[in-house]
Amino acid sequence: MNKTLLIIRREYLERVRKKSFLIMSILGPVLITLAFSLMIWISNSDKTEQKIAVIDASFAFQKNLPDNEFIRFYYPNQKLDEARRDFYKTDFTCILYIPYNIVQSQKSPIQLFFKKSPGLSVNQYLKNCLERKLYEYKLAANHIDPEVIRNARQTIQIESFRQPEIGVEKKSQNNLLSVVGFVCGVLIFMFLTIYGTQVMRSVMEEKSNRVVEVIVSSVRPFQLMMGKILGVALVGISQFAIWIALTLVLTNFVSTSFFGKIASDALKREDQIEMVNKKGSNADFKKMETQDTKMEAMKMIGELKDLNIPEVILCFFLYFLAGYLFYSALFAAVGSAVDSEADTQQFILPITIPLIIGYVMTVNVWQNPEGPMAIWGSMIPFTSPIVMMARIPTQTVHWYEIWISLGLLTLGFIFTTWLAARIYRTGILMYGKKPSWKEIIKWVRYKA
Amino acid sequence: MAFLTAENVSKQFGNHLALNRVSLEVPQQSIFGLLGPNGAGKTTLIRIINQITGPDEGEVKLNGRRLAPNDISQIGYLPEERGLYKKMKVGEQALYLAQLKGLSRQSARAALKIWFEKFEITSWWDKKVEELSKGMQQKIQFIVTVIHKPALIILDEPFSGFDPINAELIKQEILELQKEGATVIFSTHNMGSVEELCDHIALIHKAENILSGSVREIRKGYESSTYDICFKGNLMGFTNALWSGGELIDKQFDGEKHRVRVKLNGQMTTNQLLTSIMPQAEILSLQEVIPSMNEIFISKVKEENPNTTHTKNIITE
Repeated sequence: MNKTLLIIRREYLERVRKKSFLIMSILGPVLITLAFSLMIWISNSDKTEQKIAVIDASFAFQKNLPDNEFIRFYYPNQKLDEARRDFYKTDFTCILYIPYNIVQSQKSPIQLFFKKSPGLSVNQYLKNCLERKLYEYKLAANHIDPEVIRNARQTIQIESFRQPEIGVEKKSQNNLLSVVGFVCGVLIFMFLTIYGTQVMRSVMEEKSNRVVEVIVSSVRPFQLMMGKILGVALVGISQFAIWIALTLVLTNFVSTSFFGKIASDALKREDQIEMVNKKGSNADFKKMETQDTKMEAMKMIGELKDLNIPEVILCFFLYFLAGYLFYSALFAAVGSAVDSEADTQQFILPITIPLIIGYVMTVNVWQNPEGPMAIWGSMIPFTSPIVMMARIPTQTVHWYEIWISLGLLTLGFIFTTWLAARIYRTGILMYGKKPSWKEIIKWVRYKA
Repeated sequence: MAFLTAENVSKQFGNHLALNRVSLEVPQQSIFGLLGPNGAGKTTLIRIINQITGPDEGEVKLNGRRLAPNDISQIGYLPEERGLYKKMKVGEQALYLAQLKGLSRQSARAALKIWFEKFEITSWWDKKVEELSKGMQQKIQFIVTVIHKPALIILDEPFSGFDPINAELIKQEILELQKEGATVIFSTHNMGSVEELCDHIALIHKAENILSGSVREIRKGYESSTYDICFKGNLMGFTNALWSGGELIDKQFDGEKHRVRVKLNGQMTTNQLLTSIMPQAEILSLQEVIPSMNEIFISKVKEENPNTTHTKNIITE
């Protein structure tokens, strides 16, 4: 067997056989699925039935607040003091107090007393109902036909399109895709840092074990370095592939079996709210608003469908691999130069700073995926794996940009590998004191 | 014919000259001692022979041919700075290192089995290296050095880390391998082991080869016709008998016996000396004083730089 392959095999097996690899492989997707489930669950959780006693001192609402599936209004004939005094003797969950001057004064607040916090969605529902009723009341009091208002109000929407030179119209920047991009950028930043550090540790371990000279008497130092880098790369790719596969299986399973019911419940509830809105209100603008939000949600889902998942995954693999090759060679060089973890600080900084700059740039990409910073960041090899991965899901990247950036990154990693190999072959055989920058630069110039 | 020759090998690291036109010849099937103080350039020379690094000038030939990358499989190298992967299992690791030397997995397994049985360590196969003592690890290290039956075995300070019993075991193995045809290069600054094992040496000092050849011949060059004699009798009579044949360098008397060291000046043989002093004294013993390699080593180094102490250098060590 080829010696480099032997080294790759050892490096790969050593890591894959570790318990931590197994744990990470399972834990990653489980955590992602859990987070996903938790989000759905939280959004559906506050379904406890609310019995709300309304003390309407203004009489503006005429005991006519619309109930919904789990919020019911009651109108006991009590003053606020009495109601509060008897609160715990009744099974009301909240008392809603409307002050007498609510119609006249903009400032007088409506008060809500509760036993257990009813949650944000209840609050929101109450606010909407009261505002709408108050609005209707005021219109009627001023003898204004709601129809007039409806006609006077006109909502407009602005849809933005990018006009490419040739070809079809394409919707530009949208938020959800930017979020996906940001997540991709952060993920690749994490992967590069984690696996780069692994390479560095492993080189350092070989050096401090003193096994390295035994090995370089059988293989070239370059073979040893590349074997290690490629072995760890395969570990990263395996891990990533397992994550994708397992996450897909898990989320599918969870969403069909467990959350299927809740999801359909949620949809039903939405319909009901809408029906209540229609019934209980003559003011159509409210309905329009809900419809707008619904449309917005639909649009977002549509946008996610725009996301070319295979393309994103393929690019992720490519950029992970190229970016990893670029950085891991440098990490290997640092590992070869020092004897202990504590000595790495000084040399690791110039490597991590561009990584962190790339990470910071992704925030900017989120806001402006076609701005100059995003463009330059996605071209320069130091930051391109991170910044480009943040841009790709936003659908604003031309294919030729990807080719240029990947090409530059490839040139970049050929250069860093060359540089690292020269430092590495001297560094691994140096024991004793920590070298200075000057010495490391000298090593690069040594003849083999 | 020389199995390995170095011709005018020079190597420079930055401003530091690690080897300065070093030439030497290692005869076939010899045990060759590469001697010298720390930092002299021994390790650099060994690394050049192992093609871990290349010479700036000069060349190294194996069997008359210039070293080629494939020659690595003919060399077994036990570095001074040596170790094993601590978390890896003994057997797996030995297999891995043997495969890196070019053995197939099957032949590596077969060869390891023989060695493990020979050293009675088959039960270690599935243990992790970190579970073994330092001496045990050294045994494994030795096995993987010679597992591929190399024609040239290079051992850099091989006995460091061994207890006397295991050092003896390894010594016997080295002699055994030599008998089977291997040439052994043996780098050390421990002169004791050189006298026992080596038949040829080279003394490297300050990047240069200052003394090389067969141990016997080198010793001969340092023979000083000096003898230690122990006798009972009159010292005056003894010196009279010696007369002009030599000079008395040292004398000791413990109340009963005299111990003297004499240096003969070439006109007198030991037989003549004995016949002339026999009437004066009762001879108990006579022994030729042979300079130890250690003494040769020190005197040669002093000769090279009479008044400076050598400086340690990190790069070559």
